[in-house]
Amino acid sequence: MLYMSVIVLIPLAAVAVKAFSGGLTTFWQAATSSVAIKALAVTLVVSMLVAAIGAVMGTLVAWVLVRDQFPGKRLINALIDLPFALPTIVAGLTLLALYGPGSPVGVHLAYTRGAVLVALLFVTLPFVVRSVQPVLIELDREVEEAAASLGASNLTTFRRIVLPSLRPSILSGAALAFARSVGEIGSLVLIVGKIQIASIVIFADIESDAPQTAAAVSVVLLLLALIVLVLIRRLGGRVAH
Amino acid sequence: MRISRSATLSLRAIALLYLTLLLLLPLAVVFARTFEHGVGAAWDWVTTPAAISAFWLSILCAAIAVPLNTIFGVGAALVLVRGKHRARAVLDSLIDMPFVVSPVIIGLALILVYGQGGWFGSWFLNHGIRIIYAVPGMVLATVFVSLPFVVREVAPVLREIGDEQEQAAFTLGASGWQTFWRITLPSIRWGVAYGVVLTTARALGEIGAVLVVSSNVAGSTLTLPLLVYQRDSQIGGLSTSGAYAAATELAVMSLLVLLVMTVLSPRRNEAE
Repeated sequence: MLYMSVIVLIPLAAVAVKAFSGGLTTFWQAATSSVAIKALAVTLVVSMLVAAIGAVMGTLVAWVLVRDQFPGKRLINALIDLPFALPTIVAGLTLLALYGPGSPVGVHLAYTRGAVLVALLFVTLPFVVRSVQPVLIELDREVEEAAASLGASNLTTFRRIVLPSLRPSILSGAALAFARSVGEIGSLVLIVGKIQIASIVIFADIESDAPQTAAAVSVVLLLLALIVLVLIRRLGGRVAH
Repeated sequence: MRISRSATLSLRAIALLYLTLLLLLPLAVVFARTFEHGVGAAWDWVTTPAAISAFWLSILCAAIAVPLNTIFGVGAALVLVRGKHRARAVLDSLIDMPFVVSPVIIGLALILVYGQGGWFGSWFLNHGIRIIYAVPGMVLATVFVSLPFVVREVAPVLREIGDEQEQAAFTLGASGWQTFWRITLPSIRWGVAYGVVLTTARALGEIGAVLVVSSNVAGSTLTLPLLVYQRDSQIGGLSTSGAYAAATELAVMSLLVLLVMTVLSPRRNEAE
């Protein structure tokens, strides 16, 4: 508990205290400056997009990895964890190399919101895949076959039988991806350019010696992230019951 | 479900295309960029004094963070699974904080506590210990961000194995330590190992929190990820090849980590 307090709790408490150190008015001014609001909005929208795309593509990838058989599947399966193992700055640099100036494929995404989206999809790829995969492996196929023999189409079977069992794991994977996206900086520092992302704005505030502003934006960012996480969890809980 | 051949193939194609565009192609380009001036040039970039010092600083941060978080992680997992109700609830809600909180905010938090004018920072500075904008702060940041991995890997295994064997050992007169070393530790060892690998990967790759608390001076307070960042963002792009070389060095290290993960992962599932 002591270790936890020294490493985690005291520092986080310090951020909260600092945010309100100038009184509520100063906090409000810092948190609602046009830069802060814009950055927070962009961050939340992009993160939700990442969670949504990640949920769909992650489920698809997990499906292919579990139900399909093809040579090289084990290698692909191992590669899914790459974004967890690869330092995020390398992830950013790789995307810059491919989609940045002098791009070998002629796609110029760098310094746009598209680049931010791609970088976040990269670093959060394993979350949904790895949370859906085990559930899909355990899933009882007999129910699916029963549905099919009763005349249900593939789409109906998937929607009525498979998806309900997968939904909690998809949602929890997407929630993790969302949380990660909101706070991500490593893969973004090289490719954001002039786009204001919450974590970059906080970093800039620290660098320009405005810790109170940084702390205020941090507190708002944390609160917003927590609210979305609770909402996602609610969604998962309601469906499960 | 009976899925037609064409549907299977198109799903497979979509999945593989997505993974190629997102994972493989970018990585291949970095490797290509690294070696475009030959292996010798790339080797020169990773053996400059700044690069060597960055390499060892990264290793140092990991070497401190991993053992600390492993010991804490196993202890915390024990409290989380076997502990009293109240301690458990508190720990459970706090343990994931480092995952939820942005690394930048973690860096800011450390500055506010240990930096100049911070809660404890002045005391340390008066005693001649510099934490923020120096190596100790970077180590602290690394410890913070890589904290939950071991706990999160070990706790489910502990829950799975139950405490019957431990109680049996206890009834037969084994002390708490003996039970832990002889019974508990052997059954959770794959969980611990996997947690250690994840912690190492994160510790070596962390940039956000470390970036905030480092003074970013080449040769003393740059880790490898920071070196990549600094080299790539330098004006004129003179050292961009250096950034790619250092990135490849990190990528090779992380491929090794990935290899260990792949080897450990089935054993972990077996143990569970």
